[in-house]
Amino acid sequence: MPNLFTGAEIVFKCLEDQKVEHIFGYPGGAVLPIYDELKNHSSIKHILVRHEQGAGHAAEGYARSSGKPGVVLVTSGPGATNVVTALTDAYMDSVPLVCISGQVPTHLIGTDAFQECDTTGITRPCTKHNWLVKDINNLSNIIHEAFRVATTGRPGPVLIDIPKDIQFAKAKYTKPKTQKKLNGKSHNKFSQNEIDELIKLIRKSNKPIIYSGGGVINSGPKASEALRELANLTGFPITSTLQGLGAFPGDDNQFLGMLGMHGTYEANNAMHDCDLLINIGARFDDRITGKIDEFSPNSKKVHIDIDPSSINKIIKVDLAIVGDVSSVINKINKTILKSKNGNSKSNKSNIAKWWEQIEKWRKKDSLNFINSNETIKPQFAVQRLYELTKNKDTYVTTEVGQHQMWAAQHYKFNKPNRWMTSGGLGTMGYGLPAAVGVQIAHPEKLVIDIAGEASVLMTMQEMSTAIQYNLPIKIFILNNQYMGMVRQWQELLHEKNYSESYSEALPDFMKMAEAYGCKGIKAENPLSLDEKIQEMVDYDGPVIFDCHVDPNENCFPMIPSGKPHNQMILGPNDQQENKIKGKGKALV
Amino acid sequence: MPKSKSAYSISTRKQKSDTYIFVVWVDNEAGVLARVVGLFSGRGYNIESLAVAEIDAVKNISRITIVTTGTPQVIEQIRLQLTKLVPVHKVAEFKREDKNVIFKEMALFKVVGKRIKIEKCLNACKKFNPVILDETKSSAVIQITALRRDVDIMSKKLKPLGLISTSRTGAVAMTRGAKIFN
Repeated sequence: MPNLFTGAEIVFKCLEDQKVEHIFGYPGGAVLPIYDELKNHSSIKHILVRHEQGAGHAAEGYARSSGKPGVVLVTSGPGATNVVTALTDAYMDSVPLVCISGQVPTHLIGTDAFQECDTTGITRPCTKHNWLVKDINNLSNIIHEAFRVATTGRPGPVLIDIPKDIQFAKAKYTKPKTQKKLNGKSHNKFSQNEIDELIKLIRKSNKPIIYSGGGVINSGPKASEALRELANLTGFPITSTLQGLGAFPGDDNQFLGMLGMHGTYEANNAMHDCDLLINIGARFDDRITGKIDEFSPNSKKVHIDIDPSSINKIIKVDLAIVGDVSSVINKINKTILKSKNGNSKSNKSNIAKWWEQIEKWRKKDSLNFINSNETIKPQFAVQRLYELTKNKDTYVTTEVGQHQMWAAQHYKFNKPNRWMTSGGLGTMGYGLPAAVGVQIAHPEKLVIDIAGEASVLMTMQEMSTAIQYNLPIKIFILNNQYMGMVRQWQELLHEKNYSESYSEALPDFMKMAEAYGCKGIKAENPLSLDEKIQEMVDYDGPVIFDCHVDPNENCFPMIPSGKPHNQMILGPNDQQENKIKGKGKALV
Repeated sequence: MPKSKSAYSISTRKQKSDTYIFVVWVDNEAGVLARVVGLFSGRGYNIESLAVAEIDAVKNISRITIVTTGTPQVIEQIRLQLTKLVPVHKVAEFKREDKNVIFKEMALFKVVGKRIKIEKCLNACKKFNPVILDETKSSAVIQITALRRDVDIMSKKLKPLGLISTSRTGAVAMTRGAKIFN
């Protein structure tokens, strides 16, 4: 007679074999057998959140900062529906999550039982795949496969729905099989010919640019190293998407800053004028491309991506290389090095003029702003935060809105996995729980959530989680009393009709900090800002930092209004005739 | 062009749409049809007809045939997105005009009327292998196999002859010759 285990035991045996150390969850009726089993597995630590959405975002922060899949455990019905936002967020930003949800017992499925919902139906469009376990004998294989699906190829969330009777039922446990191809879905399909083709384009190019994205981060730290080597070998300018920040050092001279709607003048102009565009692990998102007809009109376009469906989805490319970014770039580097031994060193001389042009654009200093001695400018706050924390290995998460863009523009990341933000879905309330997850993965590191006061209120309850586990996260709130990005669009597009974007009532964040049991710091004066930030950084424990900033500040530069990359609105120092009008409104 | 104040771009280029037939081999498991169909509705692709049945009981494989329309770019996206689904084994797509592929659809017509009218119906269907599946003094159920557009034509034609009910399958497809799709 072989050893039989209950479904709940099998869940933990799988998690142990998948080397899971932390799960983020919230108990409820339909997962009680699994929670009951928790005590017998000391290698797995459960983090109790305050809302299932928080569990999902915490797992995302955990996964993004560590490269390991995040694991979420929730109950049926509301537990599952609450986690849907986080699953969708992870799906859009390619974050590997494994979500285990309880379900009502098999015989009650379909009867509108208490806390029943069609979890696999609801989560089908926001997961890579999901499973409803109907037979205990399939449970271990399904969980192992779930981890494989979540972490291979383009990573993403998966969900396993386990009815309560399956959690009690008994079966044999099967260990994970050694890697087998999923339905023949292999991921590295590129050939040396394609690489040679790319090298030819690189040779011929006079105005090249590398545009790198989150795929470089997802491919692991080695991909970032390879990217740095590629940039070094070619001397090409490089820009990055929001998700790709940190793959290439933000303070390196070859780095042009972020591109896209709130990208730098030099990055966007270089994208527009280039003759060779090498997209590495990015997806031509609509916040990047602006008006598609006029996107980088004169360039040969190369797209390196692990997901074949990303290629030609939005922008037609001339050369597509489907594969893991890390293996592709390494192959490119090797080929360049090999050919170098023969003759000409590189085309760095070809692109000298291009760099001159880029330096001209750079002189515009498009991230500038008019600083003030009376009010704290939000950009100034981020800059000071950067200066005072750059020597620590700091991890930054954000919420969504103006503060997120300012953080992306003014905080410079030098390493991958240090920057966690909700890009694709744009989920307000992401940053605080994500910081919880990051801190769990990196207990000794400084973790800061650069937040807006509106966003942070959406998941504020997770401060309680931070207190419970002594997580010294720093919530750095740029408090402008508005939903700032909404206000900005209303100012620019809707004749300053600030419809419902002002929060007439806000909590006193100092008292809130006290109520949660953490430290509160308030800053209202730019002169004492440094001192207060230092106080926050030095404090050993969670902090809510209420930074009162200029409520009327807008986030520039900005590509408005049906305009291509080379027609941006710059900041107040550069007031031009750029007024948004007509059909252009729709593009912002 | 609509004067939208939305946060997104206005679609500018209009490309020509063509009709394509997708054949998808999938694991025959719970929810697999919902995944395929959900992909179409979720991404705004359109389904003209759908036929699905298990074709290999040992390997547990079903074959789904979907008729859809789209620009070349959309058709490529449909193929790539379908290929990404975990239970999908392989995906083939054919243009409707493709001479190397047979497309067929079956229809059942219920005709009510006098003998002469039913005879007329049968006559009209002659080209499409009509089979009488059921017959009474005043009615008949006629089965035909034909192309989609022929079925459309026939059901129009039979209306005045007493056609009261039509049931039709979606198109199924198979390549000509000895080759199979891999």
